[in-house]
Amino acid sequence: MSSQDIPEEKSPAEQGAHVAVADEKHPFADPGLPPHEHRIQDVDERAARRSERTVALLFTVSMLATVGFIASYVAIPHDKSIFVFPIGHLNALNFALGLTLGLALFSIGAGAVHWARTLMSDVEVADERHPIAAEPDVKAKVMADFKQGAKESALGRRKLIRNTMFGALALFPLSGVVLLRDLGPLPGTKLRHTLWSKGKLLVNMNTNEPLRPEDVAVGSLTFAKPEGLEEDDHEFQNEIAKAALMIIRLQPDDIKDKQELDWSYQGIVAYSKICTHVGCPISLYEQQTHHALCPCHQSTFDLSDGAKVIFGPAGHPLPQLRIGVNDEGYLEALGDFTEPVGPAFWERG
Amino acid sequence: MSTSETTESRSRGKAPAGERVADWADGRLGIYSLAKANMRKIFPDHWSFMLGEVCLYSFIIIILTGVYLTLFFHPSMNEVEYHGSYVPLQGQLMSEAFSSTLHISFDVRGGLLIRQIHHWAALIFLAGMFVHMMRVFFTGAFRKPREINWLFGFLLFVLGMFTGFTGYSLPDDLLSGTGVRFTEGAILSMPIVGTYISFFLFGGEFPGVDFVARFYSIHILLLPGIMLGLVVAHLILVFYHKHTQFAGPGKTNKNVVGMPLLPVYMAKAGGFFFLVFGVIAVIAAIAQINPVWAIGPYRPDMVSTGAQPDWYMGFAEGLVRYMPGWEINLWGHTLVLGVFIPLVLFGVVLAAIAVYPFIESWVTGDKREHHILDRPRNAPTRTAFGVAWITVYMVGLVGGGNDLWATHFHLSINAVTWFVRISFFAGPVLAFIITKRICLGLQRRDKDKVLHGRESGIIKRLPHGEFIEIHEPLSQDAMYTLTAHEQYKPAEIGPTVDENGVERKVKASEKLRAKLSKSYYGPDSQIPKPTVDEYKEITSGHGHH
Ligand code: HEM
Ligand code: FES
Repeated sequence: MSSQDIPEEKSPAEQGAHVAVADEKHPFADPGLPPHEHRIQDVDERAARRSERTVALLFTVSMLATVGFIASYVAIPHDKSIFVFPIGHLNALNFALGLTLGLALFSIGAGAVHWARTLMSDVEVADERHPIAAEPDVKAKVMADFKQGAKESALGRRKLIRNTMFGALALFPLSGVVLLRDLGPLPGTKLRHTLWSKGKLLVNMNTNEPLRPEDVAVGSLTFAKPEGLEEDDHEFQNEIAKAALMIIRLQPDDIKDKQELDWSYQGIVAYSKICTHVGCPISLYEQQTHHALCPCHQSTFDLSDGAKVIFGPAGHPLPQLRIGVNDEGYLEALGDFTEPVGPAFWERG
Repeated sequence: MSTSETTESRSRGKAPAGERVADWADGRLGIYSLAKANMRKIFPDHWSFMLGEVCLYSFIIIILTGVYLTLFFHPSMNEVEYHGSYVPLQGQLMSEAFSSTLHISFDVRGGLLIRQIHHWAALIFLAGMFVHMMRVFFTGAFRKPREINWLFGFLLFVLGMFTGFTGYSLPDDLLSGTGVRFTEGAILSMPIVGTYISFFLFGGEFPGVDFVARFYSIHILLLPGIMLGLVVAHLILVFYHKHTQFAGPGKTNKNVVGMPLLPVYMAKAGGFFFLVFGVIAVIAAIAQINPVWAIGPYRPDMVSTGAQPDWYMGFAEGLVRYMPGWEINLWGHTLVLGVFIPLVLFGVVLAAIAVYPFIESWVTGDKREHHILDRPRNAPTRTAFGVAWITVYMVGLVGGGNDLWATHFHLSINAVTWFVRISFFAGPVLAFIITKRICLGLQRRDKDKVLHGRESGIIKRLPHGEFIEIHEPLSQDAMYTLTAHEQYKPAEIGPTVDENGVERKVKASEKLRAKLSKSYYGPDSQIPKPTVDEYKEITSGHGHH
């Protein structure tokens, strides 16, 4: 066999110029690594020096940019704003720091890459690979060693040791699990109760004043909270997460659901503001259709029909709060919600 | 003994300082043996091999900037009144977490820049991992011996999502708080354990006063610690296996062709770190991200419209959005399928891509090592599966932004939702079929090129008036490259009678495997490579064979 027949063994050097034409006998055989093609920098020292200067220039730019960074840090007030076309108004300090830092870093990178591409050797070489799996004799040795070790430990023979050891190792992590118990209280019935109870006034969220029926105009959406709950209360976030109310006034004739009508007062209905899907607060109301829309995943509830879900991923209607008017003419709750507000959960039932 | 001591002391006098330090280290760490194997290690070059580097570098950038942020960030949900330099929020009640984020953004010089670099780098990190993973998938780089590294990479992607999520929840702003509420709702939907997990995670009812501090230790210690370990393991394996390469002249399954680590690859890779960092710094200089001051502090009864999670959570968001709101009430319990199914699907879709390498190797029954990458077209079924998977993922992303699509393109939310629901089932199927056809078409074109040469663009008129285009024969390099891939034969079930002539029970798994194998490698799934005989027949034409 001549070396012609086994082209994959030809080294680039033997091959001489790069074969462009196919080998007729072995058209699909591996022609071997193509020979190295010189770059201009490899043959022309002037070009190489030009590359050198470019790299040095990039590194210098980086140094200047770092000086610029420090100067900006010292000189630019942190509340100054500048207009940059076409982006708009930017914080001047952030802009200057980011740009100089970016330039300092980018120039180092560009310099290094240019250096590597133009001046470092670009000769491709091949490294051998070796199979990852061990040779059979290595494996045999390891297995023998392991057997020896296992035998010496007598783990297989002394079952009592083995079993109690596994028992001990399996049990001790339980301590770690037990320690997690105090991460939080048990749910109990907490998700079923809110701050609302009989006689609690409905307080307007915006004005912080108790609401009277005449304050609620037809078509408007009012947000309310239970009286006594203030923003700086320690428990405010947790309580408002369940007690937030949405109040609207409908024409009593428009109310299609019997219970809704019973629980309303002169067409004023109070629904939980917390979406029954995964708990976003509902914020949009369309007065013609009486639809309330959750902005998170677009669940839509018909507030004139028991807050039924008419679109979107929510699984059940918004809970309604039964309301009335007290002796002084203020809107009040006639009890807590009769079902949990917010997202559904296993124990909800 | 005495001789070796004298030579040592003599060499100490002479060797340059650097060498002496290296000697010192070698005597304790054995660095010379390490360097022998690695200093001139060969790395092949291809643009797509830089994607992994982008991930590595953005991870480093995230750690550097993250440590800086910890110097100023207060992971506390104590209510405070704001008195910093951002005027519009003066006197407002907010958590310390939120006010310290304002402090970083407005009163720490460069703090905003570092915050924005941290956030941008997180987005790029996750996008980089996604694309890198797809590169590995479509080129078959996950095949033996690299399956474990595929799993490491996959875990990094999943952990990265959760690290990102816990990170952007830290400022306790209205947008991220809405995302946390969403998470709580999803946890509540889990049968039996949901409420307990929720109460344990939040230290009681939502939102409580604990989650920022808890997310903080998860975000800056637990997850990044695990990820750092995985990144190191990932890189060690890349070194150990040596990089894969595309087929080409001189490149075999037994070698790796490229340039040495020192100096070329070191300079290119090191330089690339600075390029990535530089670009992210410039982005952070000009593109605002997560302006929490404009969004405001979290209140469970308030919400901003158009609330969107960071992109890598959009897929989960989409699943939740277009799922119908099914709820089953039985025996005093509620099964919240409308939320729980998306939660499960989220895991299933991710798991599908994670276990793919094991399924493919089972179907091929191939136990050999593979170091030559496939061109996606040469593995049509795999490529089609990958595109179908991406389609599911993208449908999720589109669904996650259904309100944005609707408002931007003046469509009804209803229409978008139904479009997404149908696409969730039909999209991947269509994508699979189309992709497979395209792959086969490309294979056919490759075969044509090998047999008939490349179209030269030169038109010739034959004596009888017909126009033909001259085809140039391919070079040996090109022909080798185009025919180097291996084509599997579909696996057969094997004899259905055993050696004694007794009918053997064919296991269902065997049947399934044979079926899958046929759909992978049957005649409809690959174009047979051109053979030497075919080639000779066409090229010689003078009957000398
Ligand atoms: C490994 C992947 C990581 C990802 C994907 C990630 C992502 C994020 C994101 C998206 C934010 C929100 C930033 C904002 O807009 O306010 C954030 C915040 C934060 N991260 Fe990370 N991070 C990572 C690792 C780390 C590490 C290792 C540390 C510290 C050692 C850290 C410290 C912080 C701190 C203190 C904040 C809150 C600062 C603020 O919001 O102003 N992060 N992270
Ligand atoms: S939380 Fe309201 S639709 Fe999802």
